[in-house]
Amino acid sequence: MLTDVRPIVSTLRRHRLTATLLVLQIALTCAIVCNAVFLIGDRVSWMLTPSGIAEGDLMRIIVSDIGPRRDLHARVEADLAALRAIPGAQAVTVGNSLPFGGNAWNSGLKLDRSQQSPSATVAMFYGESLVETLGTRLVGGRLFRPQEYAWVDDLVAGKATSSHVAMMTSDLANRLFPGESAIGKEVFVGGEPVRVVGVLERLPAARVGAREDVNNTLMMPWRMVPAYGGGYFVRARHGEAAHVLKDAVAALKRVEPRRVIVEARLYSDIRGRYFANDRAMTVLLAAVSVALLVVTALGIVGLASFWVAQRRRQIGVRRALGASRTAILRYFQTENFLLASMGIALGMALAYGINVLLMRQYELPRLPWTYLPVGAIVLWGLGQAAVLAPALRAASVPPVVATRG
Amino acid sequence: MFGYYVELAVRSLRRSKALTALMILAVALGIGASITTLTVLHVLSGDPLPGRSASVFMPQMDPRDKERDDHPDELPTQVTWADGMNLLHAARARRQALMAAGSTPVQSDDLAIDPFIVPARYTTADFFAMFGVPFRYGQGWTAADDESRTRVAVIGAELNDRLFRGENSVGRTLHVDDVDLRVVGVLAPWRAVPHFYDLNSGNYSVGEEVYVPLGTARAAKLKRNGSIECWGNKSSDEANMETANCVWLQFWVQLDDPAAVASYRRFLDGYVHQQVALGRFERPAVSALPNVMQFLDQQRVVPSDVKLQVWLALGFFAVCLVNTVGLMLAKFMRRAGEVGVRRALGASRRSVFAQLLVEAAVIGLAGGIGGLGLAVLGLAMVRMQPGASAELAHLDLTMLGTTFVISIAAAIAAGLIPAWRTCRIAPALQLKSQ
Repeated sequence: MLTDVRPIVSTLRRHRLTATLLVLQIALTCAIVCNAVFLIGDRVSWMLTPSGIAEGDLMRIIVSDIGPRRDLHARVEADLAALRAIPGAQAVTVGNSLPFGGNAWNSGLKLDRSQQSPSATVAMFYGESLVETLGTRLVGGRLFRPQEYAWVDDLVAGKATSSHVAMMTSDLANRLFPGESAIGKEVFVGGEPVRVVGVLERLPAARVGAREDVNNTLMMPWRMVPAYGGGYFVRARHGEAAHVLKDAVAALKRVEPRRVIVEARLYSDIRGRYFANDRAMTVLLAAVSVALLVVTALGIVGLASFWVAQRRRQIGVRRALGASRTAILRYFQTENFLLASMGIALGMALAYGINVLLMRQYELPRLPWTYLPVGAIVLWGLGQAAVLAPALRAASVPPVVATRG
Repeated sequence: MFGYYVELAVRSLRRSKALTALMILAVALGIGASITTLTVLHVLSGDPLPGRSASVFMPQMDPRDKERDDHPDELPTQVTWADGMNLLHAARARRQALMAAGSTPVQSDDLAIDPFIVPARYTTADFFAMFGVPFRYGQGWTAADDESRTRVAVIGAELNDRLFRGENSVGRTLHVDDVDLRVVGVLAPWRAVPHFYDLNSGNYSVGEEVYVPLGTARAAKLKRNGSIECWGNKSSDEANMETANCVWLQFWVQLDDPAAVASYRRFLDGYVHQQVALGRFERPAVSALPNVMQFLDQQRVVPSDVKLQVWLALGFFAVCLVNTVGLMLAKFMRRAGEVGVRRALGASRRSVFAQLLVEAAVIGLAGGIGGLGLAVLGLAMVRMQPGASAELAHLDLTMLGTTFVISIAAAIAAGLIPAWRTCRIAPALQLKSQ
């Protein structure tokens, strides 16, 4: 095999431009595909971020009542009673937001009242028995007590006083109080002091800015009302979500026929919408990668076929001089291997360069080095597979060709 | 001669059908992907107010307290009720409008139609004239209506179709949230892309269907939505937003010439300094006056994914071009013998070059036409994606023409390399080996 290298190199020198183009094509393909696969992995891992809630059984219904809003609390109680009466509905509440639900309610959190800028921006979750309804796991401390809840509209209007307690996620707790328990600690949210009474396993924000802040969330014991942007969250018995959603809409309409159902969706649908762009991007990246590999493979087939056709006489001469079929096959395979190797080497450098640009533009992590050998193997394999048919055709050139003019 | 070259080219391309198909397909895929992504980028980064955007400005200031400074160098993009009203009543710009987003249930007289929610905008009179919003029937309301909180409304084309079957509904009654409003105007279809005047309701959110004077909307307690940012411990109850320490309104002004801009800048700066002196503003007296496009740039409205897609498509196009050039070169070089004979028979290097270039151009053109088809298909697929911005992905003619010409030019330029390389073949060498 190695003995072939010298004649191959000298042949390629005579086809310098063609060979350069092929190398360039392999290099570009390698660079783009490596980065595309990396981006796909990055998006997929983001799309799979666990929410820690009973995703399959949850739904949200947002209603808007027409006309002046009088007794908000009585209306909420009536709605909740109607929802609880639905067979298959396990837990019901009014909440302000859901993990990956779209609209986040953010507040600044400080560890010290006099501190200049907040230690973290946290997404807030409100709703009576929200932990129980969502199915979020409590990993430390306790849940809110019934007497700690207050109506959000009363709090805003100053008609009720806050009980100054909150729950936070373990991620946030570890960030704010590394190495110690957050339970019993005091933090300041929007200027108000609150004591941490419970720690949740996780509760992703409704809209996430930086991914590492996904669990920067805090829960307050506030009873939400739809007029303040709350939605009805219903958790159905396992497997009954679809019919519970239908029944819940009907039940809410029965309470007040004139109201508008703004949204009625299963949680899977809500989450799907949040990640729709990521999913579309993943599909696009995958499609482009496949298309690139196919185009490059076909390009190799085309070019190799030309070279085989062009060199029929030389091949015939070599065969007449005693070269075996295998030797001819090897020749073309080695040639392709050399070209692919040059393309891969250049491609790796390019891949790295593109990654540096992407890191700067899109705050992506560095391309893990493991992508490079895998990419190399894929392209070598692709090259060998593409060149096989033309090489076999070359190997089948009979020695008698040498005698024809 | 040109016709003859084309005939030669087609004949040569026919000789190797699979290869020709591969070259055309590669160029078509590359062009299709590039046109699709560039069109999406073009639409999303477009000017929402063509011809006007340079004279529409957003006065910015910082009324927040010292407590929270998450983004000390970023000014709020909204104003408080007090500042908005002060600037509005100062009327130092040619036109000015103060506005907030709403979302309101609409009831039809036809009881068979369930009430439905439409996006609404509560604004002051100049909104329509300042943004050049086209009317189909009637007109906007007046500043006097703003002051007297008249119960009037302007409705969008779609709502007019839905409620009044597209007829001239000026003078008819619109029921929103149990409030009766008199329709004074009906808009022709209009949508600002991006939704620059209030990005909080979504960078590419759809246009509003109900427009109500801001004062009327507040007096009638119509449902407000949109982003609010509050500070301090004062109540931010929905009913008391006028006095709350919150920014929740958007304020825009129209300034037609540099002198007006400079004078407004001075006025705004003076206003901010005055508020600091009065002790209302606690932070340093900073103000800004970006115009529409500057504001959109600052807010980084175009999704970064869209730019990434453009780079991906261009990279793909590059690979496809390199692929095609390589194949074309190999093909031309294989015909070195034929070229040698032609050269020996007296064909000039120039005419050989022209002939080969025509062959490359045929591939470029075929690829370009195929790419156009693929782009139409690609845009249809983009439109099927969820999201408010996806539905905007339509080909507009200038965009189409430009990208089409550029991509074919790229394909032909790529064809130059093999044509040039081949026409430099020394005829004697080729004849000898025959």
